[in-house]
Amino acid sequence: MNKPIYLDNAATTRVYPEVVDAMSPYFAEYFGNPSSIYSFAGKAKEAVDKARSILAKGIGARPEEIYFTAGGSEADNWAIKAAAEACGDKGKHIITSKIEHHAVLHTCEYLKKKGYEITYLDVDEKGSINLEELKRAIRPDTILISVMTANNEIGTIEPIEQIGAVAKEHGILFHTDGVQAFGHIPMDVDAMNVDMLSASAHKINGPKGIGFLYIRKGVKIRSFIHGGAQERQRRAGTLNVPGIVGFGKAAELAFAHMEDHAAYETELRDYLIERVLAEIPHSRLNGERQKRLPGNANFCFRFIEGESMLIWLDRQGICGSSGSACTSGSLDPSHVLLAIGLPHETAHGSLRLTLSYENTKEEIDYTVEQLTEIIERLRGMSPLWEDFCKEE
Amino acid sequence: MYSEKVMDHFTNPRNVGEIENPSGVGTVGNAKCGDIMRMYLDIDEKGVIQEARFKTFGCGAAVATSSMATELVKGKNVEEALQVTNKAVLEALDGLPPLKVHCSLLAEEAIHAALWDYAKKHHMKIEGLEKPVNDIEEKEDIEEEN
Repeated sequence: MNKPIYLDNAATTRVYPEVVDAMSPYFAEYFGNPSSIYSFAGKAKEAVDKARSILAKGIGARPEEIYFTAGGSEADNWAIKAAAEACGDKGKHIITSKIEHHAVLHTCEYLKKKGYEITYLDVDEKGSINLEELKRAIRPDTILISVMTANNEIGTIEPIEQIGAVAKEHGILFHTDGVQAFGHIPMDVDAMNVDMLSASAHKINGPKGIGFLYIRKGVKIRSFIHGGAQERQRRAGTLNVPGIVGFGKAAELAFAHMEDHAAYETELRDYLIERVLAEIPHSRLNGERQKRLPGNANFCFRFIEGESMLIWLDRQGICGSSGSACTSGSLDPSHVLLAIGLPHETAHGSLRLTLSYENTKEEIDYTVEQLTEIIERLRGMSPLWEDFCKEE
Repeated sequence: MYSEKVMDHFTNPRNVGEIENPSGVGTVGNAKCGDIMRMYLDIDEKGVIQEARFKTFGCGAAVATSSMATELVKGKNVEEALQVTNKAVLEALDGLPPLKVHCSLLAEEAIHAALWDYAKKHHMKIEGLEKPVNDIEEKEDIEEEN
């Protein structure tokens, strides 16, 4: 196998050649600043407008409700910090979940230091929040609810429409981190009752460094990046024209092929899940079996540690990721796996494989074969496995 | 991110396995942090380590440090084995990324734990050997408090 088998599409994706082609004229040819008056800059402005329209249409929003950012993390930071600031007079209570991306969790921790109170909703063993718990958590001073559309690690899709309905009923702002879901599953801001939504281009075969925050018209939150008058004076900085064009093109393709790609990825994912659970002993699937992102599979293999597994997979030409401590840069394994109730030692042995429509059944077969061997080898040198076998 | 030596000891670990009726065996680390090392030693009547084996649950660095530690103590007497510090293991592996240095501490602990067990079985005291703290985390906490 020469070409790596890329099964880490939740981390980032390959930029489509069509996207690269769409972007390339906006570097050296139509390089004008879209904010300029002269006609030469018009091409760039037109291209930005077109991309904005495509993105807005994809989520049932209006173009003027799309604010370009440098990516998903900026969008999350902006939504939460600016909402907290704008509604600070009403109250200082924010509700989120225990399984959010760090762009949300660390922003909430930052606000906590500034005097805000944060409620982190628990999730069940599949990773779903409980609507009753959400309702109970709401207080008169609750100003924001932020729950992700779908989880980046275990792929579980949250009941966003219902959460949105609860938020609306109580007059509370609702933000969703849609970075993993955007372009992969249908999203409609009205049906979901969301006031703000974060998205990123590089998760849908677009370029890195570009994302957007959808802000519903009428939601009064201030700018996050101060400076020029770009983005209706809410996000300063010269527009990243090639990035925006690439994002628009990637979204156009993602929306056009959403059904086919989702169907293909779901079938391939289910094949992978079934083979792994059937052929590798002491393995488990993390997250919802059905209500999960099309390309996401997340497993735990007992008695072994994730990083060792990843290094071996890499040597066999397979790219995956893990929620073990060693891959998180701390001594604790993934907060998501702990939140769904896994013991530490099990969470250390996790493996996330996220597929795209470019993966093939042959690649999955090869991966399962390699994985089976690797796990056997690692268990052969694991003292936990030794103890387990002696107890049996 | 790992040196060639680390990768070599990870992918071709030396001395993996168990020793039946070992002179000493020790297990350190904990599953919570994701690293557990078990070291088996076979020590002859002259106090020379004839064989060293290990089993490790952990990351690439944990496996490589265990493997290197077994290589370094083999053929040494007990006093010499005590000199196989985490630093020695680190140097022999051409270093580790900063976040992984604790793995080398664990390897040193594993040697000490196995020697402690040997000493206990033989009702002897090894000069300079203290009862190893099995939980690396606890040890770090204590050091911080000091």
